[in-house]
Order: sequence, then structure tokens, then C-alpha cells
Amino acid sequence: MYKTLLFMPGNNPGMLVSSDVLGTDAVLIDLEDAVAINEKDAARVLVVEYLKTFKNQTDVFVRINPLDTPFFYDDLDAIIDSEIEGIVLPKASVESMEALDKYLTEKNSDFKIIGLIETSLGLEMAMEILSKSKKVIGVLLGAEDLTLDLGAKRTKESEEIAYARSKIIAISKALQIEAIDTPFTDTDDYEGLKKDSLNAKDLGMTGKALISPRHVDIVNNVFAPSQAEIEYALRVVEGQKEAIQIGLGAFSLDGKMVDAPIIKRALNLLKMSGDYKEEYDELLK
Amino acid sequence: MAVINKMAKAGSVESNDILVMMSPGDGGIDLEIESIVYNQYGDDIKKTILDTLKEENITDVKVIINDKGALDFTIRARVKACIRRGSVQDV
Repeated sequence: MYKTLLFMPGNNPGMLVSSDVLGTDAVLIDLEDAVAINEKDAARVLVVEYLKTFKNQTDVFVRINPLDTPFFYDDLDAIIDSEIEGIVLPKASVESMEALDKYLTEKNSDFKIIGLIETSLGLEMAMEILSKSKKVIGVLLGAEDLTLDLGAKRTKESEEIAYARSKIIAISKALQIEAIDTPFTDTDDYEGLKKDSLNAKDLGMTGKALISPRHVDIVNNVFAPSQAEIEYALRVVEGQKEAIQIGLGAFSLDGKMVDAPIIKRALNLLKMSGDYKEEYDELLK
Repeated sequence: MAVINKMAKAGSVESNDILVMMSPGDGGIDLEIESIVYNQYGDDIKKTILDTLKEENITDVKVIINDKGALDFTIRARVKACIRRGSVQDV
């Protein structure tokens, strides 16, 4: 699970080189908004040469240009042989998700897809859009474009995207994919960033996209489970193992009943902390 | 074989980048390099540029370079981008 996903401009060699040492869980190399229209060709070549030269320890996704631009297939053709985790699909729609899935399937590619929901139509159709490909592992809310589309004022309090956040989270849980929150765009307001990240996490987001390397540590800390949470989750898991052995459907821990939703929450937390083991797959069957 | 038939440029003079400018040649490769690290890496920069031109089958071109400490991958990328912008395929 990705707690932090940092956007990196695709046409900036210095930033590309530094991307692997910033502590982010994933790097989103951007060929779309961060690249001027007359530099799309040069950025594409730069990204390909970068990926050929450096073997990142950090998972890399590339945000390609949208389907309704002349660059969609050029971007895909350029990066299809690169060693990356996958593609971020901007302005995801039913049509663009189908086109991307078809392209990747025809190329026998195992790239994963993160769908970027950033239009009002996209938001309302998100369930259908994200269901169009089995390669989708996450949904990213793009609040800047979305609020522009909605005609809403974008604020730090983010009340204008409460509905969008909740909708994206509900859909992500239904599809069992990651829910990635929109970036916090004030690069100097660390308190605001922390508050915004906590709000997103409490609603159910599993991670957050970032536009500044300076935001990585704060957001990693917000989304990382605490040691106490991990220890409790491990006790829940151990308790459930014992309960299964003696045929109990639920059991008690610290005086509170533990049943399926609590076990599921514990398992999700362990996935996020990196403490999940394959044997835990059996615990909810 | 690709032929440079018009002036083109790629890259920038930002730190870690390189500005590559090309124009049609006079029967060979004419390479002019200015770099903030020329004393240390001038030969390496030259080799990377010439290797990339060779890889792209460019034999007749004038190249002017303004390097701001670009790594090899950036040099290769900017040279390739410049070739694509300045050339037509000779079929």
C-alpha cells in the first residue's frame, strides 16, 4: 500500500535523479500537467532514458497525457518497455480506461493502473470507470481540476471536496483498491498539510499524492500506523488464529468483542505497516 | 538514415540539464561544447554526444552544446530529442 506518492515533473532531469532518495513510497513521473505542451516530446525521451539508466528502489508510475490529447498513445508507446509499476490515467473516463486496458492487454503488459478522478462526470461514474480494468490498483482524487469543473472554490479546509472524498473512498473499498487523496498544494504550510492528511486518513484514504518532496515525511508519519496500533493488530490476528482453532466465531480482547470487521481492520493496518503475512489470508474465510 | 534538415534545439540551461542546438552540417560532424564541468568531464560529454549521434545515424550536423552539469542520460535524451525535432527520415 502506498502512503505517499510524489509527483515529479517528467522534463526536469535534476528532480528525476533525486526521486529515488526522498523516502516516498511511490514516484509519479508526470508527462501531463507538469510538462509544457511544446516539451512533451523531449520529456518523453528524457523519462525513457532516465528509466533505462536508473533502477529505482521506489515504485515508479508514469502519469501519461489524457486520451483526448495527441500524446496518449505516444506516451504509452514510449514507456511500454520500461521497468515501472504502472500508469496514472488522468481524467479517467470509461472510454480512456477501456482504451488503456486494451492497449496494455494487447502488449501483454503487467503495468498496474491508478485512475485519476478529476472531473464531475468522472466522479459520478467512478465505480463504472474503475471497474473497467482488472489492472486498476488505486484511485487518485484530483481535487484541483475537480473543483474547477464543479465551479467550487478550492480551500485549505477542503469542505468543498468532502463528498468527492467520501465517494472515492466508498468506491475504493467496494473494489478493494487503494484510495489516494489529492495533493495539498501549499508547499510551505506544514501544519495545514498535517491537518489535511489526518482528515483524509480518518475518512478512509489509504495514502496521499504529493507535489513537494518536503511533504514526504509528514504524510508518511500521518498514514503510517503507530507501534501501538501494529501491536494491537497483531494481538487481534493471534487471537483470531486461536479462535479458529477452538471453533469460535468471535472472541474477546481487552474486554471487547472482536469480530470480522475488527479483524479486517487489523489486517488492513498490517498491510499498511508491512507486517502482513500470507497466512493471514485464511483468517477471514 | 536521419538527416538534420532544419535548426532545432532541446533541453535547457537549468542546473543538471543541457541545451543542445543542431543545424544542417557541412559534410561531417562539427561539435562545439561549452560546459560548467568541461575541465573535468569534457571528453566524456563529447563521447556521449558522438555515440548518440552515431546510434541515431547522424553523420552530417553542426551541434552547439551548453551544458549545466547534465548526467549521461540527460545528454542522450536531449541529443535524441533535438535530432527528432530537426530531422526528417531519409527513406
